[in-house]
Amino acid sequence: MEQHVPADLHGVEPPRRHTRLGRSASPYLLGAPAIVWLVVFFVVPLVTMLSLSIQTCDSITLACTLTWHFAEFPNLIGQYGDTFVRSLVYAGAATVAALVVAFPVTYWIAFRAKRKNFFLLMLLVPFFVSFVIRTTAWYTLLADNGAILTKLKILHLVPESFHVLATPLAVIGGLAYNYLPFTALPLYVALERIDRRVMEASHDLYATRRVAFTHVVLPLAVPGIFAAFLLTFVPAAGDYVNAAILGGTNTVMIGQVIQKKFLETADYPAASALSTVLLVLMLVGIAAYAKFLGSRTIEEYV
Amino acid sequence: MSALAQDTSIPSAKDLAPVPRERRRRWTYYTLPVYSSAFFLYLLIPITFMVVYSFNQSHSALPQVTSKWQGFTTQWYQQWNGVPDLTPAFFLSIKLALIATVISATLGTLLALALVRYRFRGKGATEQMMFTNIAAPEIVLGASLLGFFITLNLPRGFSTLLIAHVMFCVAYVTITVRARLSGFDPMLEQAAQDLGATPWVTFWKITLPLIFPGILAGALLAFALSIDDFVTSNFVAGSSVTFPLWVYGAVKVGIPPQVFVLGTAIFSAGLVLAVLALVFQGRAKKARPEPEEG
Repeated sequence: MEQHVPADLHGVEPPRRHTRLGRSASPYLLGAPAIVWLVVFFVVPLVTMLSLSIQTCDSITLACTLTWHFAEFPNLIGQYGDTFVRSLVYAGAATVAALVVAFPVTYWIAFRAKRKNFFLLMLLVPFFVSFVIRTTAWYTLLADNGAILTKLKILHLVPESFHVLATPLAVIGGLAYNYLPFTALPLYVALERIDRRVMEASHDLYATRRVAFTHVVLPLAVPGIFAAFLLTFVPAAGDYVNAAILGGTNTVMIGQVIQKKFLETADYPAASALSTVLLVLMLVGIAAYAKFLGSRTIEEYV
Repeated sequence: MSALAQDTSIPSAKDLAPVPRERRRRWTYYTLPVYSSAFFLYLLIPITFMVVYSFNQSHSALPQVTSKWQGFTTQWYQQWNGVPDLTPAFFLSIKLALIATVISATLGTLLALALVRYRFRGKGATEQMMFTNIAAPEIVLGASLLGFFITLNLPRGFSTLLIAHVMFCVAYVTITVRARLSGFDPMLEQAAQDLGATPWVTFWKITLPLIFPGILAGALLAFALSIDDFVTSNFVAGSSVTFPLWVYGAVKVGIPPQVFVLGTAIFSAGLVLAVLALVFQGRAKKARPEPEEG
């Protein structure tokens, strides 16, 4: 993987490509457009959001002034603590479900399947259909008077009052479905990377298939499992499409609250404070991950 | 490994013989493929539903998608632009995705070149920034960007959408291109320059063709991210309406079948592109059977 610096085989000095000034300036010239874009439209807005969360806004003119008004935070956490917890629980449940469902499949693709590229493409197929349409399709299929529930009720497999939409199960299921490719790909990358000779060695050393799996495959797949967890859990915790379409009034997630405060009630300080709390929660998790496995590793799995 | 220490049972001659092992693997041999097939079927449920029900008849005055099959029709394909605001939203999404892809592919490629080729002050900070950008929840990106635009008093519309889309695509492009550049042999560029090529010619004739697959992969990823984006767009769109935004707005009142028609069109185009890429890749591999770098 490392870019190896070739030994100078010819015994001549390497060709000079740039002037001294050119060489020291070129990384900045090359990188500047993207770096500036990210700083201006990603870092600065984040800082703005942090400051907005401690500002007070005039409810009529919407003019905001920085008042270092931290009192909003405890209020909001008190008010939306349940929503935060619910979001984390739903996202966690969805991530675990996606991991459990996807692991055997990625294992199969990595170790057994003949046409790996084809099955990888199959994993990515949902990406070719809009996220909102996929969720809408589930919404229509699982509707109380939809094809599936009507059939089940005719067959008396479920009681007449049974419904799926507006339940936590629907939201968790929707999250798990929509983020499955994000779970599956890092798992696949990690499993694919496992040196087959290590597994042969374990068999040579009389490991049973189960022991080889729990003592060789699983430990080597841990970075992939972590990456999959992060790539699924973080977007799922902030998601509000699934909760808005598949959920009901008692499955409200924090994303919905932030969206509503920002776009409907124009309560910018509160919305910013809630986003800040969400971001901090996620960054703590991400930082723990980066500390544990290094920040480069996650990029390898993206 | 510790496997040896744990597995204390002494293997008998029977365990070592190849025949029982074959027999033992027989039932597990089929579980995984069967499970995987079921998994892929599950993955395809809403997609199949979309494609099939884009051909479903509807007899109501205001045609809506339901899960009740009412007969085959190609009516919605003939009237694909029959919903007043849907078609402009669809084209807005395509235009936005195309422009955002071109900008983010260019910026991302340049940044990837800088990151792979040079050591410079701020390199670590740049990588950290990209990492946070990818890892941050989308709602935070959207909310903070909206707060920023509000503070600047910038009117929301196509330009703010474009800014946002490039912002969340560029790090993905950079990582994709960088992965490709890492396996790049710098000797090739040196050889070109030994043969008298200027840096400019070297870039166009050697570097660009070699990293082009990486740029293409990054660009496709950016296009896919952009055309499907809902969360960030919802914050910064103002009165502009993209395709996902329109669909989301219509869900609770009922979506017209044309949404499935346009969804099927995007799906088919994406699938054709992906299959072409797969075939092309397979051919390239057959033509030059090099050992894969990894």
